[in-house]
Amino acid sequence: MGRMITIKALKYNPNSKVSRAHFAEYQLEETDGMTLFVALSKIREELDHDLSFDFVCRAGICGSCGMMVNGTPKLACRTLTRDYENGVIQLMPMPAFKLIKDLSVNTGEWMEGMSKRVESWVHTNEVPDFTKLEKPIDPQVAEDTFELDRCVECGICVAACGTKLMRPDFVGAVGLNRVARFRMDPHDNRTDEDFYELIGDDDGIFGCMSLLACEDNCPKHLPLQSKIAYMRRKLVALR
Amino acid sequence: MSNLIEGFLGKSVEGKKSRIPAKLDYWQSATGLFLALFMWGHMFFVSSILVSKDFMYSVTKMFEGVSFIDGGNPFIVSVAVAIVLTIIIIHAVLGMRKFPANYRQYRAFRTHMKMMEHEDTTLWFIQAFTGFAMFFLASAHLFIMLTKPETIGPFGSADRMITDWMWPIYLLLLLAVEFHGSIGLYRLSVKWGWFEGSDAKVTRANLKKVKWAITAFFLILGLTTLAAYMKIGLEHRDHAGQRFQPTAMIIQHANSIIYSKNQNIDMNTETPFRALVARNFSGIHFQGKGV
Ligand code: HEM
Ligand code: SF4
Ligand code: FES
Repeated sequence: MGRMITIKALKYNPNSKVSRAHFAEYQLEETDGMTLFVALSKIREELDHDLSFDFVCRAGICGSCGMMVNGTPKLACRTLTRDYENGVIQLMPMPAFKLIKDLSVNTGEWMEGMSKRVESWVHTNEVPDFTKLEKPIDPQVAEDTFELDRCVECGICVAACGTKLMRPDFVGAVGLNRVARFRMDPHDNRTDEDFYELIGDDDGIFGCMSLLACEDNCPKHLPLQSKIAYMRRKLVALR
Repeated sequence: MSNLIEGFLGKSVEGKKSRIPAKLDYWQSATGLFLALFMWGHMFFVSSILVSKDFMYSVTKMFEGVSFIDGGNPFIVSVAVAIVLTIIIIHAVLGMRKFPANYRQYRAFRTHMKMMEHEDTTLWFIQAFTGFAMFFLASAHLFIMLTKPETIGPFGSADRMITDWMWPIYLLLLLAVEFHGSIGLYRLSVKWGWFEGSDAKVTRANLKKVKWAITAFFLILGLTTLAAYMKIGLEHRDHAGQRFQPTAMIIQHANSIIYSKNQNIDMNTETPFRALVARNFSGIHFQGKGV
């Protein structure tokens, strides 16, 4: 028999007039290799049908299960309950995003806005000629670009960012990383002047205070610190 | 006219974003870097008191330009102070952009910081807090240096600590500068990607260690130095206001007295001369012009 663990989850429905924010406590038996996803599913099945939270892939791929676990944003499906020695785990929804209910927040809407804001698509005038072979790309450049493409838009970097919590218009590490990704991509013809128009202000790259909680919590271990520094150097160097 | 339009619309007439935010970010870092390195040099000069009063005195005289002005001129120090003060003001103006601007922002940051317990987030708060404290602490210090540069010296500075009751301000200022400066240098490195090398994560971990080493080194050096001045200040309390006379000058003066009174005395063995030197070393101070 596994040990008993306690999960405290913040319950609140911002759309209900009668809902009062409070922590609900659940006791359950820990099973082998139990993740928070497993624990929460069990709670919803057996203890509280009303508890809201999001999961899709259960494997750290879709990025929909971000939540604050004992104060730090994590992917719940990749978080093992056994890593919490005293067996008490406090769950809260990620800040910075619109709260839907309990642990469920709307990251999708925010990410869409971010994508539009940094124009997260390849800008090019070239018309592809399908009768010819594509121009070769330096494998290292391709690899570096794909590396930054691994972002799953989980929003953990945003929820971890003290700057963002103080200043809601801040573009966040995910947005800055996205710009760095297109700057590296040789398919994209945008210049630094163009990128400056997107993030060259105090809500963009110059708003970043280098707290680096993004870097330290990104579940994909993206090189956020060095990419933000890179964009900062490039954009400060403009005349 | 374009300023009016730009100020109103928040973008240039061509519809471009202003380059000013980039410049502000750059100058925030440049002034911070200058100040942090300046504070290192400053600490080494101030800690010259740990070697000897004479050494500290000669460092002071060096900054008064004794090598090109006879006797030195403390006004040179005032000019240097004015320059540093200007840079601090520029840096503080730029730093203020980052402070929480209202209670909502402050509360959001503090709640987040306490909840997440993330080291670099907490370090930023310490940096902002110490920066704020320096508005007052650094101003108090710099204003005195600006207006009374001639009082800097082994006894003058020590009297300031004790007799003029400045030691609490200096203690707080020391803590503020050392935390603010070393965190600032670490932040500069990660902010601009300096020393990044092939593995930024390893570099950052090392930078963090260096940062703590720098904090510890300068805090220990600073506290020891402060204690040294306070000790001198306590011993010198009854003579507060009296200026230090370097040993070399006393010897020279002794020579001239002895010469004028007694031309045939052997300088190296004669007792009055020895007695003079011995009296100086035992902490008794000479009064009167030139001594
Ligand atoms: C009234 C005095 C001061 C105030 C109000 C102040 C304020 C600040 C603030 C708020 C920051 C953080 C900026 C950011 O997050 O981007 C900062 C950065 C910094 N400060 Fe100060 N500071 C003061 C004096 C000093 C002094 C005396 C030093 C030297 C020891 C110093 C060195 C630095 C450094 C190296 C940085 C990092 C620069 C950067 O992040 O770009 N500051 N300062
Ligand atoms: S950068 Fe990392 S933390 Fe941020 S959204 Fe992408 S995967 Fe999540
Ligand atoms: S459910 Fe997809 S990342 Fe956790």
